[in-house]
Amino acid sequence: MADMKTAAYVCSGCGIGDRIDAKQLERIAQKEGKMQLVRGHEFLCSAEGVALIREDIAKEGVTHVAIAACSRRAKTDAFAFEGVAITRANLREGVIWSQPDTEDARELTQDMADDYVRMACAELKRMKVPAGNPDRGTSKRILVVGGGLSGMTAALAAAGAGYDVVIVEKQAALGGRAAQWHRRIPYRNPYDAPVETGIAELVAAAGAHPRIKVHVNATLAQTKGAPGRFSVSVCVEGGDMVTEEVGAIVQATGFTPYDIARLPELGGGTNPNVVDQAGLERLALEAAAKGEPIRRPSDGGEVKRVVFLQCAGQRDDSGAHLPYCSGHCCLTSIKQAMYFKDASPSIDTVVMYTDLRTPGLGEDFYRAGQARGILFTKGRASSVTADGALCKVAFRDLILDEDAAIDADLVVLATGMVANSGVNIDIPEEERQKMEVKPVSVLNLAYRQGPDMPQLKYGFTDSHFICFPYETRRTGIYAAGPVRRPMDMAQAAEDATGAALKAIQAVENAGLGRAAHPRVGDLSFPTARLEGCTQCKRCTVECPFGAIDEDEKRYPLFNESRCRRCGTCMGACPVRVISFENYSVDTVGNQIKAIDMPDEFSEKPRILVLACENDAYPALDMAAMSGAMYSAFVRVIPVRCLGSVNTIWITDALNGGWDGVMLMGCKKGDDYQCHFVKGSEMAAYRMSKTDDTLKQMGLETERVATYEVAITDVARVSQLINEYVAKIQEIGMSPMKGFA
Amino acid sequence: MSAQVPERYRNDFLREVEERVEEGRWVKMCMQCGVCAGSCPFGPHWEHSPQKIFMMIRAGKRAEVLGSDSMWMCTSCYNCIVRCPRKLPITHIMHGLANYAHRLGLAPKGQPTREFARLFWDNCIKQGRANELKLTLGLYFKDGLAAGIKTALAMKGIGLGMFKAKRINPMELFGGHRIKDVKGLHAIIAKAREIEDRRKGYTS
Repeated sequence: MADMKTAAYVCSGCGIGDRIDAKQLERIAQKEGKMQLVRGHEFLCSAEGVALIREDIAKEGVTHVAIAACSRRAKTDAFAFEGVAITRANLREGVIWSQPDTEDARELTQDMADDYVRMACAELKRMKVPAGNPDRGTSKRILVVGGGLSGMTAALAAAGAGYDVVIVEKQAALGGRAAQWHRRIPYRNPYDAPVETGIAELVAAAGAHPRIKVHVNATLAQTKGAPGRFSVSVCVEGGDMVTEEVGAIVQATGFTPYDIARLPELGGGTNPNVVDQAGLERLALEAAAKGEPIRRPSDGGEVKRVVFLQCAGQRDDSGAHLPYCSGHCCLTSIKQAMYFKDASPSIDTVVMYTDLRTPGLGEDFYRAGQARGILFTKGRASSVTADGALCKVAFRDLILDEDAAIDADLVVLATGMVANSGVNIDIPEEERQKMEVKPVSVLNLAYRQGPDMPQLKYGFTDSHFICFPYETRRTGIYAAGPVRRPMDMAQAAEDATGAALKAIQAVENAGLGRAAHPRVGDLSFPTARLEGCTQCKRCTVECPFGAIDEDEKRYPLFNESRCRRCGTCMGACPVRVISFENYSVDTVGNQIKAIDMPDEFSEKPRILVLACENDAYPALDMAAMSGAMYSAFVRVIPVRCLGSVNTIWITDALNGGWDGVMLMGCKKGDDYQCHFVKGSEMAAYRMSKTDDTLKQMGLETERVATYEVAITDVARVSQLINEYVAKIQEIGMSPMKGFA
Repeated sequence: MSAQVPERYRNDFLREVEERVEEGRWVKMCMQCGVCAGSCPFGPHWEHSPQKIFMMIRAGKRAEVLGSDSMWMCTSCYNCIVRCPRKLPITHIMHGLANYAHRLGLAPKGQPTREFARLFWDNCIKQGRANELKLTLGLYFKDGLAAGIKTALAMKGIGLGMFKAKRINPMELFGGHRIKDVKGLHAIIAKAREIEDRRKGYTS
């Protein structure tokens, strides 16, 4: 780049100058780092210091700025300069705060600071100024798939914030499942009686809102594009196709109750007096319409006793039924028992449970049910048999530890929620075709990775439920309500509002060519040098977000707006042709090569730490803030995600004489905490293959180690480093020094 | 425990307890956590823990509940009340149940706590104040003459010591002193019982 002008700024504030020879750092930046402009300052983040940098950018034409001061996580507001490439050398948290303030430690502390300045300069020279995503979409409309409680709430929230909304509903009218409910669990004080569902009002509000357009009897025939420019073909009534251009999508397709016909031993599907919770709501609605009490379905007889069986076909560890708890059913049964108790206190209602779960203020509702005389029995039902018009429930009383039986006019089975997630794309297409009931896609995405969003567990749409709910693995498409995890109406309404906000963020960022969560505002985007591409397809397969399609020549085709900038593709690429302007195989590789490597006999090992910038790097910063000390032999390089770690970095480091490599990333697996969902999992998989490489190089396998570090591991992270350094010292110095 | 299937889980007995037993309206609020059972210092020595008693009431096991010795074993330490997360006055419910079972004549026969309670009540009411000598001897001889003499001889030393210290007056054995208006007291108690019977619907 001809018009590139580099500048380094060394801050000696916050005690840096007292502990480190800042003048030496300036010399290093100039001589070794070859920075065209080097300045020292004793308080760089002050208005005066920032003005100095701004002036250099304006008058000297500086395009690349290296700031050697505090962590890149600190003073981000002060050191925000648009239109230039910026790197930070972490001298405060990374050096002086993590090292003891003693005369003995002075030399090693200075070594550390020297290296961080060398690394910053090396990185800076390989950086480009991010230009922003060229693939900008300008549509700010939001598509809501599903017109139930979640969908309508999301639509009204987005419309209320000034965004146009399209609702696509499969049924003939808005309302969804909640419209078939008689009453709902109370969601505000005093939590002691069932309350109106409010669905009719919601339907009226959504139908009348000038910004909301509704398609009923409609499904999505195809969804293509990316955030800001989704093009959705909607199959409307009569089979006609309508194309809707939208910027983001909220999938609120809800749930289906688990089929009670699969519980014949409990009378499900065979005995008319055995219904599921939805069935009881239906009976209650019918009765309320006639102004009569609920009657026995088989013969219209009077209901004197009702038994509610909790966890019917749920929390089942035999594998025959749903293994999970649907969360709302205990409260729903209490609510339904109140229908009877409030109609006539003389009706006996028994709720049979193994563990009664009434989260939050549901405990008040439970107490209100007890006060009404609803009987709660800890027991497990084994069978429900017909005895004339009565149902005989045989069960084990788990408190009295004996078999018992009970007669009822009506038995209600609390079956669970099955998510309407569409197609499980992890099952290969051929196998899906062979399935008894062929799954029907909801979104019909024209993505290389499959027609629906990936699922996490038990068929629920993956939505980063531990750290960032609603964040699915398809950028710009957000899941809300029971499609992403079992929940009740109050939770679904809250969920829908959150998803609407996420959708708004997505369309706004897409319009500006910026990344969505978690690198919100990032202007860099991945590019591939296709001349070098071998069409191995690893990037298209491993991208957690389905951002990469294939073009007609089978080269990767990036959809930048779908990209979350994690760099998993960059880590995956065996020929290293994928890079971001300010983050590439070179920017990190150059840092690894830039340090001053002590010789084999110096007793100064060098350990490379590649730390995830989302969790491990902040944990290291916080460890330093809290006064935890760690070895001066490590050099930490933050990476966007462990998934972006290309194995060439490891090979380069080991060839260059580094004595060990620590990789620190987020938790993986079903309860993952990786901000990019699959990044740390991909990294762990790739690293599981490094042992062979190490052996070929004649090195001990311990020289590369992967750790899961959460942002809360503040106390643990320095300990991990110290233990690892001790282990490397035990193994001995790398024999590879001095060859590079 | 009997092998037969227990009575059906009707609310009838629960309603009876609510109406007739002191603090019985709290029974339905039990959430079966078992903290009372775990807190009771007498736990291993009873037939049924409070948790089980409450479940048995809900299960309609009337005869088993009222015939249980559990309520009689309560020492009123109040551990259960202090710990109950639902704030049930468990100790009071247990006493209420004991009283109810006793009134119906369904309480376990010969249960020592019950016998002592009866002895103490009769002793108190007779003269309007406790006659300690008669109470002690009544307790000694409750299991028959031979057992009574044996106990009395074993306790001889303590008795003589108390006599010397003027803590026991042998003359109390003959009538003993009484309150001023014993008849009035008896009338008060008869009236109280009548009110209680009317309120709780006892026929006897």
